[in-house]
Amino acid sequence: MAACCAAVAATAAAAVPVAAGLGVLTDPVRRHVGGGGFLKVATLAALPEDGTPRKFPVVATRVDAWSRSPGVPVGAVYLRRVQGARVEALNVSCPHAGCSVDFDADRHQFRCPCHDSLFGIDGGITDRRSPSARPLDALEVQVREGGEVWVRFQNFRAGTAQKIPIA
Amino acid sequence: MNRLFDWLDHRTGYRSLVHEALHENVPGGSRWRYIWGSALTFGIFVQFITGLFLWMAYSPSAGSAWESVYYIQNEMTAGWLLRGIHHSMAQLMTVLLVLHFMQVVIDGAYKAPREINFWFGLGLLGVVLALSLTGYLLPWDQKGYWATRVATNIAGVTPLIGPWVQRILIGGPDYGHHTLTRFFALHAGWLPGLLVVLIAGHIYLFRKHGLTAAEPRRKADEPFWPDQVLKDAVASLAVMAAVLVMIFWPRISGAGGPLGADLSAPADPSELYSAARPEWYFLFLFQLLKYFPGESEVWGAIVLPGVGISILLAMPFLGRWRLGHRFNIVFLATGLAGAAALTLLAWRADRLSPEFQVARRMADREAERMMVLAGSPLGIPPSGGASLLRQDPFIQGPKLFAKHCSSCHRWGGEDGQGGIPRDPASAADLKGFATREWLAGLLDPARVATSNYFGGTKLSDGKMSRFVRKEVSRFTPAQREELTGVLAAISAEAGLRGQAKADRRDAALIARGREVIRTDSMRCTECHAFRKADEDASAPELTGYGSREWLIALVGDPAHARFYGKRNDRMPRFAADQVLDAESIGLVVDWLRGDWYEPGEPHARASH
Ligand code: FES
Repeated sequence: MAACCAAVAATAAAAVPVAAGLGVLTDPVRRHVGGGGFLKVATLAALPEDGTPRKFPVVATRVDAWSRSPGVPVGAVYLRRVQGARVEALNVSCPHAGCSVDFDADRHQFRCPCHDSLFGIDGGITDRRSPSARPLDALEVQVREGGEVWVRFQNFRAGTAQKIPIA
Repeated sequence: MNRLFDWLDHRTGYRSLVHEALHENVPGGSRWRYIWGSALTFGIFVQFITGLFLWMAYSPSAGSAWESVYYIQNEMTAGWLLRGIHHSMAQLMTVLLVLHFMQVVIDGAYKAPREINFWFGLGLLGVVLALSLTGYLLPWDQKGYWATRVATNIAGVTPLIGPWVQRILIGGPDYGHHTLTRFFALHAGWLPGLLVVLIAGHIYLFRKHGLTAAEPRRKADEPFWPDQVLKDAVASLAVMAAVLVMIFWPRISGAGGPLGADLSAPADPSELYSAARPEWYFLFLFQLLKYFPGESEVWGAIVLPGVGISILLAMPFLGRWRLGHRFNIVFLATGLAGAAALTLLAWRADRLSPEFQVARRMADREAERMMVLAGSPLGIPPSGGASLLRQDPFIQGPKLFAKHCSSCHRWGGEDGQGGIPRDPASAADLKGFATREWLAGLLDPARVATSNYFGGTKLSDGKMSRFVRKEVSRFTPAQREELTGVLAAISAEAGLRGQAKADRRDAALIARGREVIRTDSMRCTECHAFRKADEDASAPELTGYGSREWLIALVGDPAHARFYGKRNDRMPRFAADQVLDAESIGLVVDWLRGDWYEPGEPHARASH
């Protein structure tokens, strides 16, 4: 009886600080990315007419735990003219494990410098042996007045065939 | 004295403790092959000491981690040495641990009753690897940042729990302050704590079961003290010496470069970092991932390593069978050979990849430049080191040039970053723009219409080009001399830093040159405006030619009447059409003018 009570008492006493600690430890699971709106990234005039992709930083207000920094790069995208004024945007982050992909102008393809995933100019997988499970992540684009190119910038979970936004 | 010790012993019983520690029986006498445990304990001790001192100067947040490490490395007394020891010892310990592990397996030291101690040892190996994985991120430089992204994304593909594990590890949806605080708590708190527990258990069990004696025993048994202790001390000294050799290797080998541990540019999620690689002893896992396409990644990243670890854990049981011990040795040998082969493949792939070599060079260049900027008298702003790099013409100029200018222009025949663009040049080569030499080329009948100047443009047969080819070519020696003055005068308008001395020295020549332009004896002002408004000017203004203000205005809108007006060829109106923002234009212009902070200057020019 005494042994049992001792065990209960000790566990109860220890459970309080541990529970508080676990609360903080798992806090990130309950946090979500804000924003998700469209951001101005470039203008049409800055995109080569021949459809060559060009990399642009995405500048936004970055909220990182306690700090809020307006006007800092939060990621980058490749923009490419498709026909005339239509623009396609790809997140530079490799869907395999998150390195940023390079554009190889000579071979007209994207190549990830980490594990050599290859992607076509539209972001599609061109080589079946590519480690990446899905094409580069396309982002929503709006071409607004004055040729401004706005992108809805999002990051997606790495390593999955499905495109799952990090929320 | 003895009375004092007696007194102490009476209160503490320390003598029996010392006796216990030093008089452990070493079966077969002291031997060099028994040093591993002590050498490793010494290594861990060094990591604790150096780590604690590093901790006293380190600040784990996205806005201060890199900066504090920079400060340790470059400003604090012996900071580079402290970092160097911590970093090199981590590498060496990994090697020693693997060697120790091999010895244990080969000697069969995992056999009953030592199974649990074997697992403790494996646990220690795991903790040490986890320490190096977490430590890699702490400087918050590009290298650590990108490697950690890959490592945590791989943790994220673990079935079921992956995404949660990843998020708890990185402390939020994205990498930032909490990634650092968490990694730091792991690196300096949880993992070392676990390490101490495991070592205590390891040593306790080791003492309980005694050494696994290497047969045949060559000598009679001896106590641990003094012979084995001497051997262990010599081994520790050798370990320390090896660490020092590693630290001073850049000097010893003559390769040069900073001593201590390297520090690349501050982490920046928008800057591609194509040189991202993990620490060398994780390279085999990195390489392994290349062979698992698509969603089979989980096999390479989780399942295969998991099976390997399970077999290691099962070794004591496997070892009971007759062939089990052999199997264990063969398994370990194959595993290590496989890892070595994968590491070599990864190295080879990088050595043979021109892209990787370029990325490496750029990364080194940025790292070096960061040291210069952070060391400038202006120092690091509260916004952190990364912003210094973002505002530096020396680094950003070539990138912007390669991206926005090099499809037509060249810089010394290249795209500004050492690459050669696909299409041939179709506008002037801007290396040395507005210097006397550059202008002399423009006024050279043999060169004006080459691709270095007007060759590729529609001005190739324009008025200026014709003037140079038809008239300048027939200049008399006296006129040539006048031309030298004119060139010096126009070039002086730019106020280039690299020419400041020459401009001061040749003040008289420049004054004469100005006179020549003004009096129009060389017909410059027929088309160009100079030092006064000129409604009819039809060519770029010469007042302030090549100065910062002039170039920014030209790049911003070349089709402005002040410059090419309607005759502008294909040059985009970078500001007028919002292709580039004012800051970027300023960066390219400063870079073209050779205007960036150089070490030793009184103030940084990086931010105009
Ligand atoms: S991160 Fe791109 S291929 Fe692995």
